[in-house]
Amino acid sequence: MSKPTNQKAWLLVIPVVLLVAFNALIPLMTVVNYSVQETFGNNVFFWEGVKWFEQVLNSSRFHEAFLRQLAFTGTILLIEIPLGIAVALSMPKKGPWVSVCLVLMALPLLIPWNVVGAMWNIFALPDIGLLGRTINAMGIDYNFTQQPLAAWITTIAMDVWHWTSLVVLLAYAGLCSIPDAYYQAAKIDGASPWSVFWRIQLPKMKHVLTIAILLRFMDSFMIYTEPFVLTGGGPGNTTTFLSIDLVKIALGQFDLGPAAAMSLIYFFVVLLMCWIFYTLMMRDEEQ
Amino acid sequence: MAKITLKNLRHSYLAEPQNKEDYALQQIDAEWSDGSAYALLGPSGCGKTTLLNIISGLLTPSEGQVLFDDKDITHIPTAERHIAQIFQFPVVYDTMSVFDNLAFPLRNRGVAEDKVTARVNEVAKMLDLEHSLKQRASGLTADGKQKISLGRGLVREDVNVIMFDEPLTVIDPHLKWLLRSKLKELHQQLGITMIYVTHDQTEALTFADHVVVMFEGTVVQVGTPVELFEHPAHTFVGHFIGSPGMNILPCEISDAAAHFAGNRLQTACTKLPGIGTGNLEVGVRPEFVQFDDSGFPVEIVKVDDLGRHQIVAVRHNDNAIKMIIAEDAPIPSENPRISFSPQHTRLYQDSWVVN
Repeated sequence: MSKPTNQKAWLLVIPVVLLVAFNALIPLMTVVNYSVQETFGNNVFFWEGVKWFEQVLNSSRFHEAFLRQLAFTGTILLIEIPLGIAVALSMPKKGPWVSVCLVLMALPLLIPWNVVGAMWNIFALPDIGLLGRTINAMGIDYNFTQQPLAAWITTIAMDVWHWTSLVVLLAYAGLCSIPDAYYQAAKIDGASPWSVFWRIQLPKMKHVLTIAILLRFMDSFMIYTEPFVLTGGGPGNTTTFLSIDLVKIALGQFDLGPAAAMSLIYFFVVLLMCWIFYTLMMRDEEQ
Repeated sequence: MAKITLKNLRHSYLAEPQNKEDYALQQIDAEWSDGSAYALLGPSGCGKTTLLNIISGLLTPSEGQVLFDDKDITHIPTAERHIAQIFQFPVVYDTMSVFDNLAFPLRNRGVAEDKVTARVNEVAKMLDLEHSLKQRASGLTADGKQKISLGRGLVREDVNVIMFDEPLTVIDPHLKWLLRSKLKELHQQLGITMIYVTHDQTEALTFADHVVVMFEGTVVQVGTPVELFEHPAHTFVGHFIGSPGMNILPCEISDAAAHFAGNRLQTACTKLPGIGTGNLEVGVRPEFVQFDDSGFPVEIVKVDDLGRHQIVAVRHNDNAIKMIIAEDAPIPSENPRISFSPQHTRLYQDSWVVN
């Protein structure tokens, strides 16, 4: 029996195709358009081939921003993932405190990015900020507007404050889905708390942690608003991450060609890293 | 190996139980002999898992004691009780191989590696797992995983008792039978005390030497499968065991005999209770009801032919009675009358049998 062919089904897909086209595909193609041409305004374009790509890939400015970005993302992942797991493990499993903890955890996630940046900016100012003044009062010279290290620490602290909750909530959901029988069996088998963590909890959290790492990777790799409001990319260029640099090139210098090329490179790097990571994490499942 | 004694055991999940309903376990006194296979049988929520978890030490009873070989272990932690428990859903350590899974309880107890290897191989052989030892445990089917759970209990040589909490729930029907025979075989081979919790009467009756029937937090009867079938001590045992269950009919005493709806009945009861003492019922299994022209008249409601026998549902006044008759037995078409076998007709007073 042959399957009936019904081309009318395409009609049902059209709304989605249109939506995706207008919010993703067409803007992206515009960027592609800019990345291979030079324009002086008035919609006059000159073909430039891969010149902008070569320029971006060879520029030390891009290399530095890229390394800075890698260092930042790596650092926050190394802090947020273990910290998130630790907090999730110490949260109560049942009782009235569960909802209290969950609400407290969710609070930072509800605050808009620019507000987080502004909050931390004021909080950490050495002369009027609570945190800044306290640190200075303890005899430590701290000024994130002038010292690169202080700016880095403040940016990382801000990101950890803002986003560890996401990891906590995901890890907690993973922990809650482990049936009691596993803990009971481990008790009967005489397992130590460490092997309970290593043999039961961590493997059972694998999927949610994969999601958590992916989300945190993508998000932190594209971070813009918070450091922009907090440090503006400074002092100097020390906290100029890829997005901040991109906006400087595109809107500050109005170099649309190189900016478009950089956008595309940036996009493919994120895509590639996510793909590699996901493939590695899920490799075992297929065996 | 150990004899298990339960003394005045009561348990409530509430911190301050007020009345009888607050107790998940009402009052349990039992002595289970070493090396026997026991089944805890009862409907969901009757307290059988609670009882199991108390014996394994996952729960501490509100009142009473648990003794292994006359030694009080009520407050000894699970790991030191030398017990094994197999849960409803198979528990395996996903990241470890089958071998490592089986070796896990031994390694946790610091057993030397060459001993571990020898013991694991021995147990794997018993459970027919020797060919999958190197495989990742997560890749096995449900029955394979359940075998690993069981194996983790068997590797320890000091195990006092192995407990099963509805272990065949997630196993395919055709494998259930295989795994159950394997359990029975292991029990005969090793002679370890086994306690098997289930709500499935077939599982309980085929697995155990002694079936402990539980109902609403109490043990209503302990007996061999035959005893439970022929001498139900409680109406619950009567209608829970057997398919269909026992007919439980209202009854009253007059003229020194039991009467059901005005019909005089002969029963196995030797000492009739006095008139007006509690709620009286008469119980008779469908197997012991037969068509009999000298009996009382009934109306046939439905006949189910099950291939091996027929189940006939009849009615006398408003009382439904089920009977099981042979496949080829004739069913009277006009004025059917039935009677009960006197030696299998029992009298129950407030749900408990009167002998």
